[in-house]
Amino acid sequence: MPPLPNRNIARAGGPKRPAASPRESGTGPVRQWIYRHSLTVRICHWVNVVCMTVLLMSGLQIFNAHPALYWGNKSDFAAPWMELGAEQSGGRLIGVTMIFGHSFDTTGVLGASIGPDGQMEARGFPTWAILPSEQWLAMGRLWHFFFAWIFVINGVLYLLYGLVRGHIRRGLVPSLAALRRIGRTAWDHLRLRFPEGEEAKRYNVLQQIIYLVVVFVLVPVLILAGLAMSPRLDAGFPWLPAAFGGRQSARTVHFLCAFSLLGFVVVHLIMVLVSGVWNNLRSMVTGWYAIANAEDGHER
Amino acid sequence: MKGDPLDRRRLLTRFASGTALLLSGCDRLSNTTWFPRLLDRATTVNQTLQCALVGQALAPEFPASDISRHFKSNGTHDPQDPEYQALARNGFADWRLEVTGLVEKPMRLSLAQIRALPARTQITRHDCVEGWSCIGKWTGAHLGALLDQVRPRPAARYVMFFCADPMQQTLAGVVKYYESIDLAEAYHPQTILAYEMNDAPLQIPYGAPLRLRVERQLGYKMAKYLMRIELVESFAHIGGRHGGYWEDQGYEWYAGI
Repeated sequence: MPPLPNRNIARAGGPKRPAASPRESGTGPVRQWIYRHSLTVRICHWVNVVCMTVLLMSGLQIFNAHPALYWGNKSDFAAPWMELGAEQSGGRLIGVTMIFGHSFDTTGVLGASIGPDGQMEARGFPTWAILPSEQWLAMGRLWHFFFAWIFVINGVLYLLYGLVRGHIRRGLVPSLAALRRIGRTAWDHLRLRFPEGEEAKRYNVLQQIIYLVVVFVLVPVLILAGLAMSPRLDAGFPWLPAAFGGRQSARTVHFLCAFSLLGFVVVHLIMVLVSGVWNNLRSMVTGWYAIANAEDGHER
Repeated sequence: MKGDPLDRRRLLTRFASGTALLLSGCDRLSNTTWFPRLLDRATTVNQTLQCALVGQALAPEFPASDISRHFKSNGTHDPQDPEYQALARNGFADWRLEVTGLVEKPMRLSLAQIRALPARTQITRHDCVEGWSCIGKWTGAHLGALLDQVRPRPAARYVMFFCADPMQQTLAGVVKYYESIDLAEAYHPQTILAYEMNDAPLQIPYGAPLRLRVERQLGYKMAKYLMRIELVESFAHIGGRHGGYWEDQGYEWYAGI
């Protein structure tokens, strides 16, 4: 078994752990404090939260300027694979979401939604999902391209730190033994049974795999697809749009990666909520994570 | 350890109101002068980096089979301007391109004179800032060849394009479309003044009789309905001083992204 990451069990001289609470000093489950997230990881995490929120919402603003997606180099306006449209039906405006030729009435959210003046308007994503919250492409682009740099710089710092400190190798690369137990771990997760004691001190195999895919596949592909949309970069690096099958394919891939990342964040937030929201939040703010039943091992 | 359900509900409520607060905060920031200026620093970084990385490399060109069956005409489709309409009625026989500003030899050129300049034909992808792309075939005179004839003065840094299409009515009068590129972009081999599209004379929806093609930037840089070219040192006296109609509405002057 590989050495445990973040195994700085509280001891004198280390970072200050939270003061003992009445619950842990009396009878009841034994609690152990571990210093789970280093300051660098915590800062990177919260910078990421800001960047991903701004990038998603300004990205939807940019998407709204032409709310349709295509494959290939060019836009075949008669045949997008996905479109958030609006049409008149019985004297009122309805939002129609089309995916692979199938149309759905999504009035109020996608295609048509209530605007700032209280009227139903044709609009891809609704005002509450876009940044700025009105149709303002130029400003959305400014936000997007600025925070894209912060996101990339932050990500590179996180990777360098993780590689140098061994955080990625020890924390994110799953062990063979853990890989063999993956079915069992998945089943436990589905039943919302989370590891305690010794096992709670490190990421489980599902977390490891998903984090690896996000960090080394999803985010790099998303960034490359974004770069492939730049006409100037396409001149210098024609293989870049070609790798995606054309600029419009790159736009599609960029969009799909963004929503995959959103899906990851949603699952991540659900897991944070159901596995002890304050403990998780505390550990991502102060670094300190409480482990229940530390002495009892896996018993629950 | 299980979270208290009350805590959870409170957290969700806070999350929702937090999002609303975040959005209105961002909107407020967007409407300041300093914050968009800060965001725009990234544009300067992008321009510097992209120009250094890409140099004078050519935009990708495509086979004839890739040409879009329907090329979208964006912005103005038919300039509602009496002078332009009169020129169009006469098949642009009386149209002249004026070349003025910081040049040794100002000129007025007819379409025939422009067609006599060294030309280039290219099948390229047109990328709109809105997100869509179309592929078309363009034939036109090298802008560099025209500049060689008028001979820019040393002070000249930008090439301004003044167009026939009215964009908005202001107290000062009608604002017509205008755009600009720098001299490096002007001398790029794919920067042409196009008079033909898909082997036919340029049609009005696409900028007849003459439009600019700048293949490594977004569509709004490629001014249609050209009337006058002026070489300038800065944008200090032109429109909102950002070098173009859309630039003055907040779009980036460097449209390589």
